Amino acid sequence: MLKGGLYPSVRFPQMEAYELTRYSIFSLIKQGLIRHTGWKRAWRNPEPKAAYDVIIIGGGGHGLATAYYLAKLHGIHNVAVLEKGWLGGGNTGRNTTIIRSNYLLDPNAHLYEHSMKLWEGLSQDLNFNVMFSQRGVLNLCHSKAQTDAFARRGNAMRLNGIDAELLSRDEVRKRIPELDFSDQVRFPICGGLLQPRGGTARHDGVAWGFARAADQRGVDIIQNCEVTDFIIEGGRVTGVETTRGKITAGKVAMAVAGHTGVLAQKAGLTLPIESHILQAMVSEPLKPLLDTVVTFGAGHFYISQSDKGGMVFGGDIEGYNSYAQRGNLPTLEHVISAGVSMMPCLSRVRMLRSWGGTVDMTMDGSPIIGKAPIEGLFINGGWNYGGFKATPGSGWVYAHTIANDAPHPLNEAFTLERFARGRLIDERGAGANPALH
Amino acid sequence: MTGQPWRLENGGHIDRSCSLSFAFDGKIMEGHPGDTLASALLANGTHLVGRSFKYHRPRGIFSAGVEEPNALVELRTGNRQEPNSLATTTELFDGLEASSQNRWPNLRFDFSQANGALSRFLPAGFYYKTFMWPANLWLTYEHFIRKAAGMGIASRESDPDRYESRSAHCDVLVVGGGPAGLTAAMTAAEIGERVIVLEQAPHFGGWLRREKRTIDGSPAMDWVDAVSTRLSAMADVRVLTRTSAFGYYDHNMITAVERVQDHVPKSDPFLPRQRLWSIRAKRVVLATGAVEQPIAFPENDRPGVMLAGAARTYINEYGVLPGRMAVLQTNNDNAYRSAIDLLDAGARVTAVLDVRDHVDGHLPNQVRDRGVPILQGYGVVETKGYFAIRQVLARPLVGGPVRRYDCDLLCVSGGWAPQVHLHSQSGGKVVFDAEKGCFLPSEARQNCVSIGSAAGLFTLKDCLKGANGDDVPEQAIKPTWSLPNAPGRHGKRFVDFQDDVTAEDVALAHREGYVSVEHLKRYTTLGMGTDQGKTSNVIGLAIMAKLKGQNIPAVGTTKFRPPYTAVSMGAMAGRAVGHHFQPLRRSPMDNWHHDNGCKWVDAGLWRRPHFYTRPGEDVNSAALREGRTVRAGVGIVDVSTLGKIDIQGPDAAELLNRIYVNGWKKLAVGKARYGVMLREDGMAYDDGTTSRLSENHFIMTTTTANAGPVLAKLEYYLQAVWPELRVQVACVTDQYAAIAVAGPKSRDVMQRLIDLDISNDAFPFMAAAPCCFAGIAGARLFRISFSGELAYEINVPADYGQAAWNALLETGREDGVGVYGIEAMSAFRIEKGHVAGPEINGQTTIGDLGLGGLQSEQKHNIGKSLAIREGLIDPARPAVVGLVPVDGKTWIKAGAQLVENPDAPPPVAMLGHVTSIAYSGELNHPIALALLSGGKERAGEELYAAFPLRNEAVRVRVVSPHFVDPDGERMRV
Amino acid sequence: MLLIKCPWCGERDMVEFTHGGDATKVYPKDPNATTSEEWHDFIYLRENPCGEHVEYWHHVAGCRQWLKVRRDTTTHDILTTAPADGDLDT
Repeated sequence: MLKGGLYPSVRFPQMEAYELTRYSIFSLIKQGLIRHTGWKRAWRNPEPKAAYDVIIIGGGGHGLATAYYLAKLHGIHNVAVLEKGWLGGGNTGRNTTIIRSNYLLDPNAHLYEHSMKLWEGLSQDLNFNVMFSQRGVLNLCHSKAQTDAFARRGNAMRLNGIDAELLSRDEVRKRIPELDFSDQVRFPICGGLLQPRGGTARHDGVAWGFARAADQRGVDIIQNCEVTDFIIEGGRVTGVETTRGKITAGKVAMAVAGHTGVLAQKAGLTLPIESHILQAMVSEPLKPLLDTVVTFGAGHFYISQSDKGGMVFGGDIEGYNSYAQRGNLPTLEHVISAGVSMMPCLSRVRMLRSWGGTVDMTMDGSPIIGKAPIEGLFINGGWNYGGFKATPGSGWVYAHTIANDAPHPLNEAFTLERFARGRLIDERGAGANPALH
Repeated sequence: MTGQPWRLENGGHIDRSCSLSFAFDGKIMEGHPGDTLASALLANGTHLVGRSFKYHRPRGIFSAGVEEPNALVELRTGNRQEPNSLATTTELFDGLEASSQNRWPNLRFDFSQANGALSRFLPAGFYYKTFMWPANLWLTYEHFIRKAAGMGIASRESDPDRYESRSAHCDVLVVGGGPAGLTAAMTAAEIGERVIVLEQAPHFGGWLRREKRTIDGSPAMDWVDAVSTRLSAMADVRVLTRTSAFGYYDHNMITAVERVQDHVPKSDPFLPRQRLWSIRAKRVVLATGAVEQPIAFPENDRPGVMLAGAARTYINEYGVLPGRMAVLQTNNDNAYRSAIDLLDAGARVTAVLDVRDHVDGHLPNQVRDRGVPILQGYGVVETKGYFAIRQVLARPLVGGPVRRYDCDLLCVSGGWAPQVHLHSQSGGKVVFDAEKGCFLPSEARQNCVSIGSAAGLFTLKDCLKGANGDDVPEQAIKPTWSLPNAPGRHGKRFVDFQDDVTAEDVALAHREGYVSVEHLKRYTTLGMGTDQGKTSNVIGLAIMAKLKGQNIPAVGTTKFRPPYTAVSMGAMAGRAVGHHFQPLRRSPMDNWHHDNGCKWVDAGLWRRPHFYTRPGEDVNSAALREGRTVRAGVGIVDVSTLGKIDIQGPDAAELLNRIYVNGWKKLAVGKARYGVMLREDGMAYDDGTTSRLSENHFIMTTTTANAGPVLAKLEYYLQAVWPELRVQVACVTDQYAAIAVAGPKSRDVMQRLIDLDISNDAFPFMAAAPCCFAGIAGARLFRISFSGELAYEINVPADYGQAAWNALLETGREDGVGVYGIEAMSAFRIEKGHVAGPEINGQTTIGDLGLGGLQSEQKHNIGKSLAIREGLIDPARPAVVGLVPVDGKTWIKAGAQLVENPDAPPPVAMLGHVTSIAYSGELNHPIALALLSGGKERAGEELYAAFPLRNEAVRVRVVSPHFVDPDGERMRV
Repeated sequence: MLLIKCPWCGERDMVEFTHGGDATKVYPKDPNATTSEEWHDFIYLRENPCGEHVEYWHHVAGCRQWLKVRRDTTTHDILTTAPADGDLDT
């Protein structure tokens, strides 16, 4: 295994000419004085080489984070990230940017909490402000049974060393008086479970920050390069065919979110994954209206306000398999009626834009991160609704798994085999039905 | 016309005989019916209406339509306040109140205009490069960033208005009521098709309202009036104005929002504010028109800079002169119409700057003939004026001396962008037409066609059929959308006005590698404002293409997403808000519960009596009292919400055998049996009693929550998997009221009301029979017990539920009959160790629930095969146990986690959790059910029920979950 | 908004239906002779095609019949429908 702190300039001659500009208030002022003409590319635009130690398929947050941690923590710099379109163009750039680790089940709690800890130092680590805003994630509850279920989860979080607070109705009201506390309400708010360290981040910035930091450590980020097939020799993956030619590699790792099923088919694998559409929406920009991430407990709705001022919100998947990246009206109507019911002043706020992402829903609602049943191939997918918040943690454990050819304790439960063995990680107890997770 | 100094004496589609009063930033002004807020402001000489997003630069009215990037105002006040409202589309009404936004303390003196001075340090994406140290200060930085960002202020109060939604179907849906749309609609209507026409403006006509055009020699509006009047009168034609089509969804579904009452001063309570239309059309005609594009030249954002088409719109549609001394910057012939209309309206046009080198078209020559200098190959290099433009500096694009032109209006035209949004939303492709300098719709994905200027066909000849417009030939556009600064100058060339994205920002994005269209948008925020880039996307793309040395199609375009124009969330939600967010299901005895002091609890969509209040009682004391009434005598509870599925047919027992884990073939007629079903993956799914009413007739009960899903599952198996089974199923939940009658005296009470002998011998435990109850025919009696006491459940046709309930209360009075709610009912089942929702939570097996013994070995049933996977039979799995507090009095909390040492440092190993809690009236202490790893093996052990959320941990002892009458003797007497 | 042709009711809006999942996954005819691998395949594994997908829908707010639908997951075009136990036209 490769370990060690080799500096890019020593190991990678092509990097020498590439003078790095550290981002800071000082470089910003300095550049301001020369009208920003001195900024360098955030990442290079290299031609693919014929061979790499590791190929990562998918230039979204997870793939880029994996490349970054491979280079940073495992000394593996000869890495290519192959992206069929533009960096961060999949779910990284389409989600509602919520970050939390408020999980009940131990494997989820530990993985997402590890991710949370990485988020907490990410801007500094990457030297790129990903605007991680720990404004709190509040799950509202609307019945005694729901309060009990949230208490169960909150207690589990606390015992796992994760922050959680159980708020009463009055405590919720104090924080967010704009929620519907009137008697004109179908499901009154009983209270809520708050994770104060939860929050949001700037989704595009996460992809760009990881890309820039990985690039600085020698990783080749190759956009507009679609993997069309795997090269499998003697039961082992040795490379990929792409729209820009054949590239060989010792290890190939998938990180393609909604297209995991389709890509895996090319390697002859059928997965416990269905691809569905998840719509998200944003309102016109407003002066600060909501300071916390809030989720509705009587319908699937979650909302936060972006730093630009837009109310960013979403709800359920559409419920039918799709790769179309376009949703339909009934889901939108349902999501918004939940939103207006939760926070009636939203009624006069205007929806500015809606869009759809292809989410890879697994049969137990939890991701798959580990070795694929083919030697040299690794799989990272099935993130359901929640891939964004896992980005650094996912990359971290995936890099470990790739570097060591074995999972880290944090991801060893997230195998493909868990379904056959009945070791499911079914946070909601919904069973093998993606539409219910 | 005092008070409206810029109002023209004649012209425009406004009613000068009537004056409307309105206020902008507290200043009272007047306008006329037919005005928009923007036209009325201009009539009063107000150009300055807002501040930009980032640099807080003063901004004026730039357009006359939905593309407006600058003139955003807060409309109305209080609970009807709407930020970011477009002055250019807001119809004026008497008493309208609007204020400028994103400025403090006021529009003319805005504290944040200092940002402008710092602008060289605030390029696109500057925030990615700073605010990183110290790390813990980001929330502080963010606080100020958020305050500075955003645009308008939203109301924090509930919206008092109501919204509706409607569906419609038609043969042909025409989007857009301009010349092309009206022609198409009339063509379809004349051959008898059902037609719907949508127009976002208050009136039909489109650009014909905004120009001085003629059709067949008469004013074009005569033609518009004639056609629209005829259309409105046709039986199969529906015309909707003030209705914006915003979404094109699958299978030719167009969504539109109709602004029913936004233009009236006082709303009619019997009408909605807005109405959402979902229109399914066989064929869609997109006649959505085109939007004029600006040109990015230095300091192109001053109040008084206006799209050329908007300038003539204010003259022709609203009778307002937007300026008295105008300069025009253009790259096309069409804009010369504005110069002509300005001249006709009495304004001076000091110069036309045309980026083209040879201008010799029909329209330019008309302008030239009227003495206006046309400067060929010229572009603006600087503008002067802070709150209003007062001078334009121009020079030849190839270099040369600067000329100065005084002005109070600078018209700009970069040609026209067909509105291909809906076409693109439908899945259709768009292509760039280099000759026309715009994106055009190409092949359609759905049954739709784009016509008129939406298809890049800009002449009346292309729009009309059987009529002739006054088209004149036009020279080609020169696709130049950005003009350079003079050497050594750095004037900001705005591409996206609202978000302050400049040509330099685009260049920075290019320099840093954010070169794909999406990266450009996301890095610079180009096109992300409320106008969604209607006047900036093409220009941004063109600048990036030039920087990359590629043509525009190679750089690409982003996909258009709904909505085309912003839609209020209220309209999207419709009536499904507040009380009506979800339907409310009520039992047949709902009124009685309400009248007798019940506290409700939601159970899915149902509401159920939680308990019945008496003075001084809380939920616990009420439930205890209700429970004691049952234990001491008799009580009744409404269980109508349980799912009831009627199952009939020769193979009914076989179906049940395949659905439930236990066997059903041998169940005798007149008997009930408890059953548990599994999910396909082997986890416990639902439980209930099912009774055999006759050889081929069963009635199944399900939990309240799963009534719908279980029925759907039965239908699936019968229709898709086992169509050979001769069985029919039907949901009868709503057809029957159900009452459980429990307690040692229940038999006495029931016997007095029923036509059957229900002695223990004649009607033993788990007996079931049709009967006549309290004179109600068609009733069904079951001797089943959820409470653990001697108990019956009586089902009567739903309409007689109240009668049965009354009869029980009446007849049972001498026995002290009481009513109980589900809190007391829940306490009974916890005392008995019966599992329910908190235990059958989708994560447990029947083994975990202590029901493993029910699984028949003789047959297959759904889920059986997967229930034997190693993870589902692991000895470490949780099992249902009972818990009692070691001190005999402390309540255990539901949701507590079971641990050995609550004070250990995290992560603390969790052994299980508390699922259900109650105060046992029988044992006189709190009890609980829990799922505990290792389960029964731990009986007698002491653990902690840790509730760190409240810093509590209760020492508990593990006991059998069967707290009361473990052998079930009471219910069998 | 999908327009789904119910074999009994004709074309109806998607709001009347619920999606019922991959219809190529057929419950084993002889459950007792089904291996654990086959059960696993049936319950969990999905071809998840990017293109034509054969799936169940349930006309839950209509005639309550289940139907088979062949639909393109990239365009949402519905190619053909049939009763749940019938065969789809190819």
